[in-house]
Amino acid sequence: MKKRIQMVLAIGALALLSTSLLSGCGKSQAKAGSNGEVYVYNWGEYIDESVIEEFEKETGIKVVYDLFETNEEMYPVIEAGGVKYDAVCPSDYMIQKMAQNNLLAEINFDNIPNYKEIDPKYFEMSKSFDPENKYSIPYSWGTVGILYNTKMVAKEDIPTKWSDLWDEKFKDNILMQDSVRDAFMVALKSLGYSMNTTNEQEIKEAKELLIKQKPLVQAYVIDQVRDKMIGGEAAVGVIYSGEMLYIQNEVKDLGLDYSLEYVIPEEGTNLWLDSWVIPANAPNKENAEKWINFLCRPDIAKKNFDYITYPTPNKGAFDLLDPELKNNKALFPDDSMLKNSEVYKYLGEQSDSLYNEAWKEVKSN
Amino acid sequence: MINRKTAFIKRFIQDFYLVLMVVFLYAPIATMTVLSFNNSKSRTQWGGFTTKWYTELFSSSTIMDALYTTLLIAFVSSLIAVIIGTAAAIAINSMKPFPRSLLMGITNIPMLNADIVTGISLMLAFIAFGISLGFKTILIAHITFNIPYVILSVMPKLKQTDKSTYEAAMDLGATSVSAFFKVVFPDILPGVLSGFLLAFTMSLDDFIITHFTKGAGINTLSTLIYSEVRRGIKPSMYALSTIIFLTVLVLLLITNFAPKRKK
Amino acid sequence: MNKKLLSGPYLMWMIGFILIPLALIVFYGLTDKSGAFTLSNVLSISTEEHAKALWLSLGLSLLSTVLCLLLAYPLAMILRTRGMGQGSFIVFIFILPMWMNFLLRTLAWQTLLEKNGVINGILSTLHLPNQGLINTPGAIILGMVYNFLPFMVLPIYNVLMKIDDNVVNAARDLGANSLQVLIRILLPLSIPGIVSGITMVFVPALTTFVISNILGGSKILLIGNVIEQEFTKGSNWNLGSGLSLVLMIFILISMALIAKYDKNGEGTVL
Repeated sequence: MKKRIQMVLAIGALALLSTSLLSGCGKSQAKAGSNGEVYVYNWGEYIDESVIEEFEKETGIKVVYDLFETNEEMYPVIEAGGVKYDAVCPSDYMIQKMAQNNLLAEINFDNIPNYKEIDPKYFEMSKSFDPENKYSIPYSWGTVGILYNTKMVAKEDIPTKWSDLWDEKFKDNILMQDSVRDAFMVALKSLGYSMNTTNEQEIKEAKELLIKQKPLVQAYVIDQVRDKMIGGEAAVGVIYSGEMLYIQNEVKDLGLDYSLEYVIPEEGTNLWLDSWVIPANAPNKENAEKWINFLCRPDIAKKNFDYITYPTPNKGAFDLLDPELKNNKALFPDDSMLKNSEVYKYLGEQSDSLYNEAWKEVKSN
Repeated sequence: MINRKTAFIKRFIQDFYLVLMVVFLYAPIATMTVLSFNNSKSRTQWGGFTTKWYTELFSSSTIMDALYTTLLIAFVSSLIAVIIGTAAAIAINSMKPFPRSLLMGITNIPMLNADIVTGISLMLAFIAFGISLGFKTILIAHITFNIPYVILSVMPKLKQTDKSTYEAAMDLGATSVSAFFKVVFPDILPGVLSGFLLAFTMSLDDFIITHFTKGAGINTLSTLIYSEVRRGIKPSMYALSTIIFLTVLVLLLITNFAPKRKK
Repeated sequence: MNKKLLSGPYLMWMIGFILIPLALIVFYGLTDKSGAFTLSNVLSISTEEHAKALWLSLGLSLLSTVLCLLLAYPLAMILRTRGMGQGSFIVFIFILPMWMNFLLRTLAWQTLLEKNGVINGILSTLHLPNQGLINTPGAIILGMVYNFLPFMVLPIYNVLMKIDDNVVNAARDLGANSLQVLIRILLPLSIPGIVSGITMVFVPALTTFVISNILGGSKILLIGNVIEQEFTKGSNWNLGSGLSLVLMIFILISMALIAKYDKNGEGTVL
């Protein structure tokens, strides 16, 4: 009996191994392309995979593509230098932090001529964290707002301000972002403070406000807010504008009897940018420039937009969009909707610690 | 004396409990399987039946690469762990009590430590040794946490084997090596196999340790899933898990219902 | 052949990949960012948030361990008395769920437990009240019990199977009823398995952070969450290491327990 088990186990193991080896035959071996390689570090689900293949075909450069989940997870990896990436796509404040810590190389814009396809107003916005536009090229941008379920929220209760998220009516129906700066942004803005404040008193007030809100919060999630809202789990949630197109399409496809609408709160919100940077220790700087240049091509930018549905700062790509999409105010808000909105800055190690400690207190209560 | 009625009730309760447990254990798996056929990416809304995730699965090079890596690492690390671990178990078994307890104590460390601590400490060690992170570091990490499971599976079997049979073989002229393979090894084989199986399973499931020791451009299924959790898992993952599960289930059934050999 | 030589490869491996990494954690835990010696990382366990996280984790993992024990022991006993099939089949049935990825299994529970999830869907069709377990400590306990139950069942089953039926029969012949057989014979003999099971469940339950995020709505800060955040978001490896050292003390206590009750190493997983 035992012998039979042994035999079957052995056969099974061999079968598994050979299947995997066979599938391995078809897979791309990790050998360098004819023109070298480029190591890219990006957010999950933030690119159309066929774009990578197109790039490899056109340039002969092999792309090693890695994913990270949060800026805070990405930073120590770049800092430690154990793995050297050529092109990384951090968010606004993180770019500032990296630049201040000498982790970034200046971009040679002559090698990235397609940067002109990006609408100049996004380079203006970038000055908030990249004052001389030396280090970054915008990839996607957006706002943060309130998503609400039209069936679960009565017409008179439709949220228009961040402070509406403290309404008892929404008890156990609120989804907040599980991120220290995003959560504090909501609280600070509702108090009328800057979301970049380093004032201890203001941070303390925001913290106490968040603690007060906690019993009303159903869960702290990141991108899961999208899935949960579609499933009708909660009435209101804090969400990134880029998710809206996906949500609107899903709601239509599923034939749900409610829709999910997006609101930019009156107190103003976080205007965010994710941009490409080149780390100072990048081994393949030229290939990184070719990569970024490729992504700035309008047709490629449009392809990416179609897949990730996050608003694109690329004017060339924007022009290629359907009028319906161009007028989608959730994705591409008017400038008037953006007054009172700010871009994140890096606040320095000390303030970061203050925020982190405060956030720990909120979570622990 | 137990009468028929109480025996029947007893049996019924036992069966009920067993079924309850099986339902409990397999409910999430059934859920995943159903979701693998869901036309919608949503986890809770049914969007119609489809098999497109299965086809998408095989055309996704990221997932296929990760599958290959996962299986290879699990297999090789378990194999090496079995070799090192069995040898170590034999050696430890013949040691005096003090060195034995010491070594067994240290053996328990990777098993009992939080895997985030194991993962980070290994990463620190690799950086300190100057070993660049990649396939080999994942392999080393997996071997490290697999060896204790092998040792702990082999040791009891070793204790059960009769030393005198081994000595008898030696008396009859066998060399110590052949005596080992002909006498001792067959007896401890069940322990070795269960050690291998356990190591393989732990290796398949691990993500935190792999996450910290993997470096760029390489993913196992677990780390791939981990990076997708927050954004929303691609349903092809559910499809893959279903396939893996069914494969193992089939193997299991063959094992159990194969015609029995006469003892 | 010198048997001691056989341990050579393992010894080298142990030093390189178990002891040295451990030493590194101790180093980081006892120094601050500039490399100077400090006890503040370790002592920080006494700050309000950390202490609360530790107590919560201890409470939840103890509860989960006890629940696992209560569920697993009858299960193992039933499997034993019914003489279910060949031993390896049972083992496989319980290992089989572990072959589906841990994260996916936990996410599946989220799908099952959500307000509009599968369980409530079934309850509603049966006109029964809905449950609201998701995003509460209860869901975290469920997640822990679910994921670690096999680790409790297997060693107990293993040890129960080694108990000779004749011993039980002899006890019955001498007049013992089922309860007495359980308390006087089965339980004492199965202690090595119980201890093994407890350790295999308690320690991972103590340090988990995924389960509290996915099933607890990230509202409950466990010590595992704190350590994970310090390492990945706070970039404060010193603090993370310091807290890990505190956790290791609990691990040492578990190890001492094993050594005390299970001198022969009989209680193993398989």
